[in-house]
Amino acid sequence: MPVLTYLEAIRQGLWEEMERDERVFLLGEDIGVYGGAFKVTEGFLERFGEERVIDTPISEAAIVGAAIGAALVGLRPVAEMQFIDFISIAFDQLTNFAAKCRYRWGAGVPIVVRGPCGGGVHGGPFHSQNVEAYFFHTPGLKIVEPATPYDAKGLIKAAIRDEDPVLYFEHKYLYRRIRGEVPEGDYIVPIGKADIKRPGRDVTILTYGWMLHKSLEAAELVAQEGIEVEVVDLRTLLPLDDETILSSVAKTGRAVIVHEDTRTGGIAGELAMRINERIFEYLEAPVVRVTAPDTPIPFSPPLEEFFLPQVEEIVQAIRWVANY
Amino acid sequence: MEATLTREQLLDMYYYMKLTRMVEERLQRLYRQGKIVGGLYRSLGQEGESVASAYALEEGDFLAVMIRNLGALFVRGVRPWEIFTQYMGKGTSPTRGKDNIVHFGSVERGIIPPISHLGDLIPVMAGIALASKMQRKRSVALTYIGDGGTSTGAFHEGLNFAAVLKLPLIVIAEDNGYAYSTPKHKQMAIENIADRAIGYGIFGETVDGNDVIAVYQATRRAIQRAREGLGPTLLEVKTFRMRGHAEHDDAWYVPRELLEYWQKRDPILRLETYLKEHGMADETDFEAITRRIEEEIEADLQYAEQSPMPDPRIALEDVYAEAPSVLEGAPRPREHAAKTRS
Repeated sequence: MPVLTYLEAIRQGLWEEMERDERVFLLGEDIGVYGGAFKVTEGFLERFGEERVIDTPISEAAIVGAAIGAALVGLRPVAEMQFIDFISIAFDQLTNFAAKCRYRWGAGVPIVVRGPCGGGVHGGPFHSQNVEAYFFHTPGLKIVEPATPYDAKGLIKAAIRDEDPVLYFEHKYLYRRIRGEVPEGDYIVPIGKADIKRPGRDVTILTYGWMLHKSLEAAELVAQEGIEVEVVDLRTLLPLDDETILSSVAKTGRAVIVHEDTRTGGIAGELAMRINERIFEYLEAPVVRVTAPDTPIPFSPPLEEFFLPQVEEIVQAIRWVANY
Repeated sequence: MEATLTREQLLDMYYYMKLTRMVEERLQRLYRQGKIVGGLYRSLGQEGESVASAYALEEGDFLAVMIRNLGALFVRGVRPWEIFTQYMGKGTSPTRGKDNIVHFGSVERGIIPPISHLGDLIPVMAGIALASKMQRKRSVALTYIGDGGTSTGAFHEGLNFAAVLKLPLIVIAEDNGYAYSTPKHKQMAIENIADRAIGYGIFGETVDGNDVIAVYQATRRAIQRAREGLGPTLLEVKTFRMRGHAEHDDAWYVPRELLEYWQKRDPILRLETYLKEHGMADETDFEAITRRIEEEIEADLQYAEQSPMPDPRIALEDVYAEAPSVLEGAPRPREHAAKTRS
């Protein structure tokens, strides 16, 4: 099986979907001639032409709004946010227009809004954010964030084929650092399904994105101490896969939730509460979370490193719940 | 060449304007009787521009209305019962009680519904125009914005986007004097909204919004340019809002003289005068149309009043394409664990 980077996997998924379905088109800033700020869409203009690979003005509200309009009349737009931070400008279109169309008047809005998220590359407060929590609170949206090349390709395909608006967050730190086997040709990773990336019996880690890799590292370290960690990669953040999440925690009785996003109002809080409401009797220890602190993400390397959750913090959290 | 309107077409527009006014008058009575849910937003004085602009569209075109464009919906084939049931929150309403007023649409009927966030329709309609262009269709997308709504970022982003991509989009900017209580001079430092078109490199035009023939012809010109691939038009219509923002607002802040000035320019009276002066219609014709509308309204209102309120559980449906879409709120302890714990 070919080994691809995370970025190549996204690219291949997009490419195949555009080959498969002529309703699929791309729009965003600098995605055509330049090939995208991170080169995800390099070569797309040459292959698919400027009608299907549309360079737009700097207008996130217009990009997402136009995607919604086109989707309402039968097309399958994939809108790129150059950095996912800029999605805030399209917040209204997403939360008020796209997310509510089906509920209000029965119209599906099959759009994908994708873009690079997350830190680790010293992008500072406006090029490193994790924006999932802003949208996690909006019924009608779906949110996915792959952590591996296999999932990245399968999820972009699923997102494009989905009948609802899907936010597809790709972690920029993983773009060229993570490689993995990716089948040639068509497959999808279903939206709404978490994946157990490492089975274990003692402690469950619930995580996603870059933090999956740090969690797997932490699990490897504590395995030497005899603690078997089950690492659940959420993959889909909205709607959550309760079945996998609750089954795993009910089995191990201990849960650590790890995300790169800041703590207050983050997804970890919701996960902990679901566990509490549904399977409290099966817990052997309090649910704990490892997250970034409640600050904007800083620029300078030592500050950013301090801000981002580290493997050692995850290891400590695992030990704490294991020995509770 | 100017598009000419036949007697039949003019009477047709007269019917839609009168229908709009009479439905709203009926809604006003229902509002006072406490029979409708929520607020009531009237288009009194603006019926002409809504009807005439929508009337200029053809089948296959797309229309998105704002709160004061009820007349445009009627032109598109919406019937009074849909409006009554919407205002009453009935289960038979187009949104099954999930949204109110004119907040409903149908892609098949070429109607895209508004949201309350002003300006947001313009990028969306630009997207519909984009799809039309990509699919090699002739259809155009038409939407409305008030003078207040032109202050939003979405208005700018949407128009600029459509201008750059030369999309068949028509934005009708309604200068109706007030955005809620805020007069136009506190909204913008220019007299004519259409002047903004220059900044986008698109065609702009200002017409008398209470002259239905002028609005119809200007919209036809915009549609023709759009179909020829010449891009969007910003068409400004000068009109006036003759009631408050909604019925709870008595519009005390509007000077009496302004209302008197515009009262004389009422679009329905003007069309009546025009038809009479040109020997195209007389009082008996107008009365016949009025009687027909009264009957239609009675029948539709009866249906709406007799319609049941929606089943509360409908509130959980249609969040996502897949059903059931919503996780029920109540915790169900042990259920998952019992299934999975070995």
